[in-house]
Parts: sequence; C-alpha cells; structure tokens
Amino acid sequence: MKKIFIRSASYISAQETFNNGLFTGSPIEYTETILPFAEPSYKDFMNARQLRRMSKVVRTGVTTALRCLKDAGIETVDAIVSGTSYGCMEDSEAFLKSIVLQNEQALSPTSFIQSTHNLVSAQIALTLKCHNYNTTYAHRGFSFEHALTDAVLLLNEQSAENALAGSADEMTGFTWNVLRRFGLFKQQAVSNLSLFNSNTRGSIAGQGSGFFLLSGNHNENDYAQIDGIELIYKAGGGDVKNEVARFLSAQKINAGDIDLIITGRNGDMLQDKMFDDMHNTVFANVASINYKHLCGEYPTSSSFALWLAANIIKQKQLPPCFEETGIDAEKINRILIYNCYQYRYHSFILISKCN
Amino acid sequence: MSDKIYIAGLGIISAIGNNVQECLYALKTGQAGMAKAVFLKTVHASEIPVAEVKLSNDELAEKTGLSNKLSRTALLSMAAAKEALNDAAIENIHAFRCGFISATTAAGIDKTENFFTDVLKGYGKGNLHDVVYHECGSITQLVADKLSISGYTTTINTACSSSANSIMLGARLIKAGMLDVAVAGGTDALAKFTVNGFNTLMILDKEFCKPFDENRNGLNLGEGAGYVVLVSEAVANSLNKKMYCELKGYSNTNDAYHQTASSPDGMGSYLAMQQALAAAHLNTNNIDYINLHGTGTYNNDMAEGAAIQRLFKAPYPKMSSTKSFTGHTLGASGGIEAVFSSLAIKHGFIYPNLRLQTPIPEFPFVVETGFSTQPVQHVLSNSFGFGGNCSSLIFSKL
Repeated sequence: MKKIFIRSASYISAQETFNNGLFTGSPIEYTETILPFAEPSYKDFMNARQLRRMSKVVRTGVTTALRCLKDAGIETVDAIVSGTSYGCMEDSEAFLKSIVLQNEQALSPTSFIQSTHNLVSAQIALTLKCHNYNTTYAHRGFSFEHALTDAVLLLNEQSAENALAGSADEMTGFTWNVLRRFGLFKQQAVSNLSLFNSNTRGSIAGQGSGFFLLSGNHNENDYAQIDGIELIYKAGGGDVKNEVARFLSAQKINAGDIDLIITGRNGDMLQDKMFDDMHNTVFANVASINYKHLCGEYPTSSSFALWLAANIIKQKQLPPCFEETGIDAEKINRILIYNCYQYRYHSFILISKCN
Repeated sequence: MSDKIYIAGLGIISAIGNNVQECLYALKTGQAGMAKAVFLKTVHASEIPVAEVKLSNDELAEKTGLSNKLSRTALLSMAAAKEALNDAAIENIHAFRCGFISATTAAGIDKTENFFTDVLKGYGKGNLHDVVYHECGSITQLVADKLSISGYTTTINTACSSSANSIMLGARLIKAGMLDVAVAGGTDALAKFTVNGFNTLMILDKEFCKPFDENRNGLNLGEGAGYVVLVSEAVANSLNKKMYCELKGYSNTNDAYHQTASSPDGMGSYLAMQQALAAAHLNTNNIDYINLHGTGTYNNDMAEGAAIQRLFKAPYPKMSSTKSFTGHTLGASGGIEAVFSSLAIKHGFIYPNLRLQTPIPEFPFVVETGFSTQPVQHVLSNSFGFGGNCSSLIFSKL
C-alpha cells in the first residue's frame, strides 16, 4: 500500500473542532448525559432551505465534507465514502414511533426518506452533483475505519486521485435511555472533563461528524500521511498484543518510534484496564493522551482522534487542555491512534509527518 | 494478488425457494413468490402483497442452527451464506484469508419494532435482546462468527444497491491482496418499517408487480439473502471444482439527482453500466443478458430503460427483471441477482420477466417473457438505490 496524504480535515463535535477553537482555548465542559454537537454557523455552506431539510447528522456530515473541499481548493471529488454505525437515528426513531403509535396508518414519508444510512454520502453527492464512487459502511465500531480503508484502496488502485472519507453518528435521548440499560453509559451525569476520575462503569455518550480529503499525491499543505490501518476483531485482549506487534513490524517500526499514542479510554473503569494493560506492556514509555472526554463515546469516534492527530502534526502543537502532560509537540512526528469499541473492535491508525 | 476474480460458490434464499435448486426450478417454471403476508404481522397484509420466504423463524432457526429469537435478517443471511460456502467446497477455509462482506438496509429492525411497542410505554420496558441486533453490522458479525470467518468482515448499506457493492468490495479486497476468499452479498427480511416506508411513498403495487410494463404500478417488497463466494486465481486453481464464472467488471456511481427519485435520463445507471463495461474491457454487443434492476416503479424503469437505450444499440441484449419472481429484496437484491446471473452463465439460461402485457412504447426493446436457453457469455446485473447509488456488475463465462 502506498502512502496516503491527508489534504484537509474538518470535524463537528462537542468541542470547537470546526473552527479550531480546541487548539486555541479551553475545552468546553458539559454536565449533560449526552455531549451535543457544538454546531457552527452553516451559512457559508448551505442556504436556509437546504438546512431546514437536513437532520443534525446530515448537516454536520455534509458541511464537514464541503469544508474539506473548500480548504483543499477543489470543486468535486473522485470518491465519497462514509461510515456510520447508527445511521440517521433521529428519523429512524421518528418513523418507528409513528408506526407503533399510529398503528401503521396515515404515516408521513419524510422521516422514512431521511432514515437511510447512506443519506450523508448521498447528500454530499447531490450537493456537489458528483456522479463518482459513493458508498457507506455500517459496521459498528469499524464503520469509520472501513470507510477509510476503502478510500485508501481506491487511491492505491489508481481509480481515484482524491477521495473524501469520513463518518457521522448522532445520539438521541431516546436511544441513550435504551443503551443505558446495557450499561454503556454512566447512570449519572458527570463532567466530561473529569470522565477519567469517576471510577464507575460506563462512558459518556457523544456524537460527531467529520471528513478527510485524501490524496495519493503529496502536496506541501498536507496535514499528515496515513502509514497504516490495522483492525483486530476480538472478544478479550490477549491476542491483540501479538497482532499489534506484527503490525508495527510490518511498518518497520518499534513501539519506541511512536511519539504519541491517542487512546480510546472512555471512562469505563473495566474497559480502561485493557488500555492500561496495553500501555504497561506493548507501549511502555510511549507518551499518550486520551480523547473521549472531549467528544464522548460513539462507534465512529476514532475519526475524532484522527482529526486531532492530523492537527497535532500539522499545527505542531497540542490543544491547551493537554499542556499539563508536558509533551513536547514539536517532537511529534508519528502518532498511533488506538481505539477499542465495546471490547471487541480494536483499531489502530498510524499517521506521521509527511516525508 | 489476483487479477482475476472467480465465483466458486452460490447461496440463496428467497420467496421462490430456500436454496439454489429450488429457486432455479421456480425461474424455469415461471412461479412467482408473491402472496399475502403470513409471517410479517402488518395491518396492510390483505392489501399489499409481499414476497416472503416460505419458512417461519422457527423453521429457519432449525435450518441454520441459530436461535429462533434472532432477527429474521440474520437467519436468512446464515441460510444463504452457509449454502454458498458449502457449495464452494473449500476443504479448509482457515488455510485462506477468508472475509465476509455483507449488506443490509433494515438489519434487525424486525425485532426493534417489537421492542418499540413496549419501550414506548416506559424506558424500563421492552426486551433488550430485541435491540442487540439493531445495528447493520451486528447481523453481519453474528453470521461471520457462526461461520468461523475471521478475515476482513464488513457491512455496506447503500440502500437497494448495497449487496452489489459488497460483491464489488469483495473483489477489490482480493485484487489488493488483502483476502483470498470473500463471501459477499446481502440480506434483508421484510419488516413493518420498510413496508410502511415504501407504502408512504406510494410505490407499492397492490397487485403482483409488472416491471417494464407500460401499465406498471409499483414494486412488491420481498425478502431473502444471496451470497457468492469470490476467490482469487490461486484459490480457484487449488479447488477441485469448476468455477461458475468470472466477475469481470464492476462500477459504482451516483445519480446525484434526488434522494429517492432517479433522473429522467438515468445518468447514474448509464454511468454505472458504461464504466462496468470499460472495467471489463467489453463492448455493449458482448452482453448477452441484462438482469435489470427493474423494480416495477414508473420512475425506476423509465430511468433504467432510458440509460439502456442510450448506451446500447440494436440488436439489444436479452433482458428481464427477476424481481417479478422474488419481489424487491432491497439490500439482498444485488446478491440474489448475482446468484441468478452466475447460473445464467453456467447453464445458458435466460429468465423471463413475468406478467408483461404491454411493453413500454418509448423503448425500442422488449423484455423477455419466456424462459429460454442459449449460450450466455456475459451478463450485466444492475442494482440501483435511494440516495442515487447505482452499481453494475459483469459476470463472464470462463
């Protein structure tokens, strides 16, 4: 696989990621049970009529995609690939509720039309009038990684010069209340900024949408290069260590060559032990930071981590909230993102400064 | 790495049969699968015909060895994927990097519907087991785990073109050297969600559908699953059986016209067919048979027909919509029709398009009305969906 370059990156999350506020000021503190989207003004990207017709997950997805193109100075793309685990949750719920409450009678088609998983990729194509490759992955904790892998494959096949890869996932109060019964989320609201001090089970729910414009050719304004993606599906952690070691050796690096690990600790005291174990063994002595206190837990949150990693390399700095770690951002040339979703979906994305 | 992709195994379950042999028999004898819903509990059962698989969840559970409490989408997926793997007769699947590339649009929503009825009375209510398989990927993962497939496993949801895209991805992963074998296709069970959804769009025919008929009046929803086993050249050479055919070309495009409607000139469909031909290094006159997307809605058939008229010229290839047998099985349709296309090549079959009375006068071609046999070298299979997603696959004789 050849190196793939991140030309532009845009993200809407609970933090000010869209306008880079996370890198210039303090993070936003929340005490709600679901971290909301910190939505920007959309007026540069769509008119009021378009905006009214789009649900939150769609308008955040489409806007970050359009922003990627704008930042890269291009009008269209050769491929649009996105990942979503939950799809358009708000509209799916609305249609399901109306089926039950109205006993399948006199239903409105709107929420059905807006419920399909491929809506974000489709609306990007429609907005750009783009007839090129277009697809959507919906595979739980790997949905974003599979979108990214597809885009990397396309660029390797030379069937695309550039590709938009990203993800979009939302959370509603209704689904939160259902998922809470599975123990996915903390029973009480906590401050997101003290997520890792709670010593309780469960995480804090989040949502986020973002896109990356990828290219097979290097340009001096690129954020970073993607060196490799390794996905390990396993219940239990044992074999993961061996497979990570194999991945690093295939990349011809040692753990010590990694300057920073961004880990998917989510504040669940049991799941986080798995990260501690990896950190004490495979990645001993490698600097690390967490990200889910900023964006919350959702199946495609590794895209937030990629946005963060790409910006740390490009801007040669860490967001101010990581100042206390004492990590010298100037020396960060290679970052490994290690996320794990619900104990089973282990994902490793290795990126580095363009060379 | 493999330049060529072969189809080594086929598996299917649909309203016209619980396996490949039964489906082929129905195609030969012209028996459609639509009827009044028996297993789907909907208030619309008496007015909207559907193409149901003729097995209950208990019977599907017994056939597959899975629990009868699981989503019907998972049971259907297991039935067809297992048949495909057995058919490929790969002695030791663990000797190869084998992946499972599936597709679904509704996933476990048949169970979520039950859950909603209860949970709307209070958040503590409803059986949590009914929402475990709500996410598309959870159905795929369940079946992959049961089949002991541990290679690259993913789920595509591009609405009604989903499983054509999973077959395309399976081929690309093999060509890229990431897999040796890919079980690729899709599954969808009938659900109140989709029946009511399509009903609100007023595109469900209250009679049995009539694809490509001047007086067509909408589609019939169906259910089922279809998978092909794609293998690299090296794997094909190692197997002690004849391959069905080669997957020679594929393309994925977007109509970029409207969320649910196709453009009048079928731009997305045109580009998908044109680019699939280019990828296969074939001309339009090489195609012997087109397995149409052919849903039977006014809009789809007009757009697809216009695209064919623009791309092809007389003498036109034979064409038919097998959705006149199986109904529109949404995320399963590309997989099911890939199975039919592979069989068309292997046996030299051309399938009929049932119930055609008046061909669409605007088009210079007429779809097939009877079952026939002839040498079939290349088949083009179309799958289009909401969101403008258009994909075409080309299957070729060895």
